[in-house]
Amino acid sequence: MLGYLIRRVLYGLLTIFAVSVLSFTIIQLPPGDYVTSYIASLEAQGDEVSAEEAAALRAYFGLGEPAYIQYGKWMWQIMQGNWGMSFQYRVPVTEIIGQRLLLTIVLALGSLIFIWVVAIPIGIYSAVRQYSVLDYIATMFGFTGLAIPDFLFALVLMYLAWDWFNFSIGGLFSPEYLSAPWSLGRVFDLLQHLIIPIVVLGTSGTASLIRITRANLLDELRKPYVVTARAKGMNEWQLIFKYPVRLAFNPIISITAYILPFLVSGSVIVSVVLNLPTVGPVLLRSLLSQDMFLAGAIILMIGVMTVIGTLLSDILLGIVDPRVRLR
Amino acid sequence: MTESTNSTTSTGEDRLSVATQRQLMWWRFKKHKIAVISLWVVIIFYIVVLGAEFLSTSDPTKGRSARAVVPPQPIFTFDHGAFRLHVCGIKGERDSYTLQKTYKTDCTQKIDLTFFAHGFAYKLFGLFPTDRHFLGVAEGQGVTAEESIFLLGTDEQGRDLFSRILHGSRTSLTIGLIGVAMSLTLGITLGGISGFFGGYIDNVIQRTIEIIRSIPTIPLWMGLAAALPPSWSIIQIYFAITVIISLFAWTDLARVVRGRFLAMREEDFVTAALVAGAKWQDIIFRHMVPSFYSHLIASATLAIPFMILSETALSFLGLGLRPPAISWGVLLQAAQNVQAIALTPWLMLPAVPVIIIILALNFMGDGLRDAADPYSAVESG
Repeated sequence: MLGYLIRRVLYGLLTIFAVSVLSFTIIQLPPGDYVTSYIASLEAQGDEVSAEEAAALRAYFGLGEPAYIQYGKWMWQIMQGNWGMSFQYRVPVTEIIGQRLLLTIVLALGSLIFIWVVAIPIGIYSAVRQYSVLDYIATMFGFTGLAIPDFLFALVLMYLAWDWFNFSIGGLFSPEYLSAPWSLGRVFDLLQHLIIPIVVLGTSGTASLIRITRANLLDELRKPYVVTARAKGMNEWQLIFKYPVRLAFNPIISITAYILPFLVSGSVIVSVVLNLPTVGPVLLRSLLSQDMFLAGAIILMIGVMTVIGTLLSDILLGIVDPRVRLR
Repeated sequence: MTESTNSTTSTGEDRLSVATQRQLMWWRFKKHKIAVISLWVVIIFYIVVLGAEFLSTSDPTKGRSARAVVPPQPIFTFDHGAFRLHVCGIKGERDSYTLQKTYKTDCTQKIDLTFFAHGFAYKLFGLFPTDRHFLGVAEGQGVTAEESIFLLGTDEQGRDLFSRILHGSRTSLTIGLIGVAMSLTLGITLGGISGFFGGYIDNVIQRTIEIIRSIPTIPLWMGLAAALPPSWSIIQIYFAITVIISLFAWTDLARVVRGRFLAMREEDFVTAALVAGAKWQDIIFRHMVPSFYSHLIASATLAIPFMILSETALSFLGLGLRPPAISWGVLLQAAQNVQAIALTPWLMLPAVPVIIIILALNFMGDGLRDAADPYSAVESG
């Protein structure tokens, strides 16, 4: 187990390194360097920047030096907790993304739970009652969820919620709870606002999990031990849940590692449409206004978060299925 | 589904035993009814891609503000019991209180329509200059199609939505094809090398794939897409977006290819080729790849919907294609807020072809996957 754990953590670190290089590339991509844009944004607001100050800034970020040194300096700053300044908001990047990141995690985890709760029972049923009417309906449902673009689904649900229930779901809190301290009412309010984003994000992921659950369970159901148990007169559903379902569960856990990045990705778009205070809308705005420090930091953070989630699901898989530790 | 040999008669069995692999696949595919229907749907969509100008009623780039946000308008086929293809004239009125524009149909003014009518000039398939359209205003009506036919309504600039959806299919559907072609090239090469050589190289490529798969793609795409210079032309942006999307999409295909290679590496014909001194490139591309073409086609089909959705999402966010380019994502940008849904719901219509083509491609890919291995006992996961 220890060897497996070490290997997984190493892969995780490698992935984080890859993400950080990619984020750095994105910061570098727009024409001109960021000190120039920073100075431009300062001057636009009436601040004077002297040539010495500009030179100091340049030296600070290692501009003009080879890319890998710039990258090293940037990473070094980040490890010390200095994520740089947002040109647009004129505050440190950490201040902007702190709480938004938490809500992004809540949203992604909520959707993950939704997917599990919806897809696994449907998948099990579809496998046990293969080619039944409900199996076909489940397949159709899954595919339709896959086919509707997230952003559109979010818009339509938002409109319907407003039209039918007179329920405004932009944002994550009702106005009266927006700046209120945490209380039971506020949590309830948050949950209410989370339903639609979670359903929207969830439906796009359910299809694949239904199919994976179904396929894996079908493989197990054909094995001789199932026939043996059935021949011995075991209750059918008890049999299914006691043996094949447990075995079919391992691939489901391992696929979670791939669903997570997908959910985090999707949450960006859904958040933009529903105007949720997650990192999504900030990322979009920072990209559109070329606020690259902020954008790079967000992409890096999202990547790191996903890697940690993947790592956790890998460890869970290692606990549940000892065989994978040896691979 | 039942095993085909069970139900066929002895003559059927003869037919089965002499059938080529291609025939077997086709027969297996035909059993998946939804897949066959989907195949037709996909074919129709790509016909539209080819003939978008011919099928359009109006020039998708021309609009007039006097005809902004006209709701979809029906076509009538009968007039006083006699066949007469026509639409009613419309009159725009501004509410004096809300200043909102409303349109009233005025059926005293009838505009005759006809098939193969004259309309805006274009080049059919980019080659033959013509101005014939499948449906248009009959001659001598005194109005142009742009002023009178609004099958699916118009957008805020008064451009005909129907024609724009048809033209948008061209961008949205070809991005999927080109993207898949790029991903296939990358996937076959890297997956093939990985599966064929195994060992150290396999390990490196597999780890790379794992890393790429654990990165959330949309934020990265957004970052890359936002960095595209605004001075680029539509074509350049189009290709850049395709490259960005396929940069992350090849991993699935590479995994499929690698799995096939690992299974096939031990087969006799590969050993024979090796012993005969064939180069590894030749073994991969001339001997191994053809033997799992069908699987590749199935996987590629299943990858297209993902690309179409990606383009739509990026364009919707304003980071993908930008107007004046027309794609389904660009069209959906107009339906970005709740007001649009409440007041001009028809602006969401471009989503309908998106949903249909994605469902169709998924079902078709499903059927192809079953058909790819016609010798297996019927079972699909």
